[in-house]
Amino acid sequence: MAVMNIVQAVNSALKCALEEDKSVVVLGEDVGVNGGVFRATDGLQKIFGPKRVVDTPLSELGIAGVSVGMAVNGLKPVAEIQFSGFLYAAFDQLVSHAGRIRTRSRGRFSCPLVVRTPSGGGIRALELHCEMPESFFAHAPGIKVVCPSTPYDTKGLLLASIKDPDPVIFLEPTRIYRAIKEEVPDNFYAVPLGKARIAKQGKDVTIVTWGAMVKYTLDAVEKIKNDIDAEVIDLRTIYPFDSKAILESVKKTGRLVIIHEAPRTAGFGAEISATVSEKGLDLLSAPIVRITGYDTTLPFPKLEKEYIPDEARIIAGIKKVMAY
Amino acid sequence: MVKKILAKFEVSYLQALDEEGNADQQLMPKLSEKEMLRLYEMMVLVRAFDDKAFSLQRQGRIGTYLQIKGQEAAQVGSAMALKDDDWLFPMYRSAGALIARKHPMHLILAYYGGDERSLKAPEGINNFPICIAVGTQTLHAAGSAIASSLKNEKSVSLVYLGDGATSKEDCMSAMNFAGVFKAPVIFLVENNQYAISVPRKTQTASETIAQKAIAFGFEGIQIDGNDIFGVYGAVKNAVEKARAGKGPTFIECFTYRLGDHSTSDDAARYRLREEVAEWQKKDPLLRLEKFLSNQKLLTIAKKEEILEKAKEKVEEAVEAYEAMEPPAKDDFFKFMFKEMPEQLKEQHDEFMRSHL
Repeated sequence: MAVMNIVQAVNSALKCALEEDKSVVVLGEDVGVNGGVFRATDGLQKIFGPKRVVDTPLSELGIAGVSVGMAVNGLKPVAEIQFSGFLYAAFDQLVSHAGRIRTRSRGRFSCPLVVRTPSGGGIRALELHCEMPESFFAHAPGIKVVCPSTPYDTKGLLLASIKDPDPVIFLEPTRIYRAIKEEVPDNFYAVPLGKARIAKQGKDVTIVTWGAMVKYTLDAVEKIKNDIDAEVIDLRTIYPFDSKAILESVKKTGRLVIIHEAPRTAGFGAEISATVSEKGLDLLSAPIVRITGYDTTLPFPKLEKEYIPDEARIIAGIKKVMAY
Repeated sequence: MVKKILAKFEVSYLQALDEEGNADQQLMPKLSEKEMLRLYEMMVLVRAFDDKAFSLQRQGRIGTYLQIKGQEAAQVGSAMALKDDDWLFPMYRSAGALIARKHPMHLILAYYGGDERSLKAPEGINNFPICIAVGTQTLHAAGSAIASSLKNEKSVSLVYLGDGATSKEDCMSAMNFAGVFKAPVIFLVENNQYAISVPRKTQTASETIAQKAIAFGFEGIQIDGNDIFGVYGAVKNAVEKARAGKGPTFIECFTYRLGDHSTSDDAARYRLREEVAEWQKKDPLLRLEKFLSNQKLLTIAKKEEILEKAKEKVEEAVEAYEAMEPPAKDDFFKFMFKEMPEQLKEQHDEFMRSHL
């Protein structure tokens, strides 16, 4: 066991995967000699060599498409896209191919690749460095989407994603890359995909969130704990998502708040809201509240804190659902 | 002040068999008489299949079909230069290559008939499923080739693309990756002069398509794509080079699509009858027949026998295709994931209940 932050947990997971499975190849821009712009792959090329930790030309479309070919031909590519906004350039290869290879070939071929990328705002970065694209990929058939929020989960979920026989988009929470430290086992372990985690138990209201917003939700909930006993669910996997955990919690609390950074319209909160309305309308004592980014582009750093749900908005949202 | 030439390049063109069926012995690949006949038989089979598929579409027995006519040499000559465990990345107009690579013909008909059960490659043969999105398959071939070389395996990857596909960013990126990683991949461009209606000169200002490879650091050559010996020889050489760890090759097969782009297209809207007539004289099948007859390898009787046999095989494929049981109604759920995730399982259950 060692105390690690999220970036170190990513590094530790990649190291375990490269050790454990010869077919694992890490590739991307600056992942080799430089160890990644966030140092997520720091030192790995030294240990495993340039054939397993591969610096590539600067093309996200190329990285994604080449990873598809590598995955079909027996490797397990773990590709890094340097920033989440650059995933848009890779979108075609992921949606048109990665998610379809298994069904198109009737299971003769599969595409077990992982695309990991730092995602989310609040880091005072340049445009397109801070996107939260989980909904785009949740909507794409044949692809799984994972958003970890703690060092322990990051390592376990990344290893589970690498083990998974199908393509996984792994959205790492940049804003809290170094904000949380906890004990993380050095050895290989997997946190199963599709299972949510109760980040905090409570009885008054259910809050579902993921990625960096888990930390800020927990901080906000702590502030009002004397008045409201909130249950916080860290969804962990966006597709497939753990609807049972959400419904069970709502059964207990009767109230639901969904918090995410991405724009509200057709954001993943809409899917959760629809699911609870369809399957648990009678469990609800109040209308569902969504606290999200707006249907705007993420503002440049001077205004980004106005966009990303913050403590005040989270507390206001919780109070609104409680007051109904 | 310094001014000097930093790079010079040239692009070669190769034709081993001319339009009159005369072979250049210097440029001919090593082929036994039996192998030459085998190439001919395969081209006849592909032509028979192609004609039949076109007619089946006109009769409403399959859906949209993309004719190969005129491009048989490029497809058969290249596919037959590979081993079964080499990787083939076909596109929508690659039925000829797939037939040469033992993909059952009734399943190729089923593909154009809209049946998803059609693209599973026969065991032991690495045929990737047909790619529809133009040029995107080039990256898969580059990736597959990089994988082969990272695994120290000897298999090579060959990808088919058209002249239009060379404008796609996927193709540029695939060539770039292939060059940087010296990947054992062969880009086989069937330059059939048109991307639907857009002529080759609107696709690129470059004098040849072949020379694009030079910018990415590897060899590009142009072949008479209607010359099966030229194509076969060039691909054979490229395969050997790739297996020896000497990297990718870009082969531009200069050819012509004698038919429309697809069964939904009318090529008369954008090209002259005279142009098509000129290319009909260059038909890859005719010139191989002339050669084989001149070499006394093909009598009229033998030619008829080969054609009859091909037609029989195609008829059998049509029967097998039309005798296929329809797919189970929930077939399209089955291969999305190795294991159906919760959400999909629930939708599948709902679907099954509604189809009881």
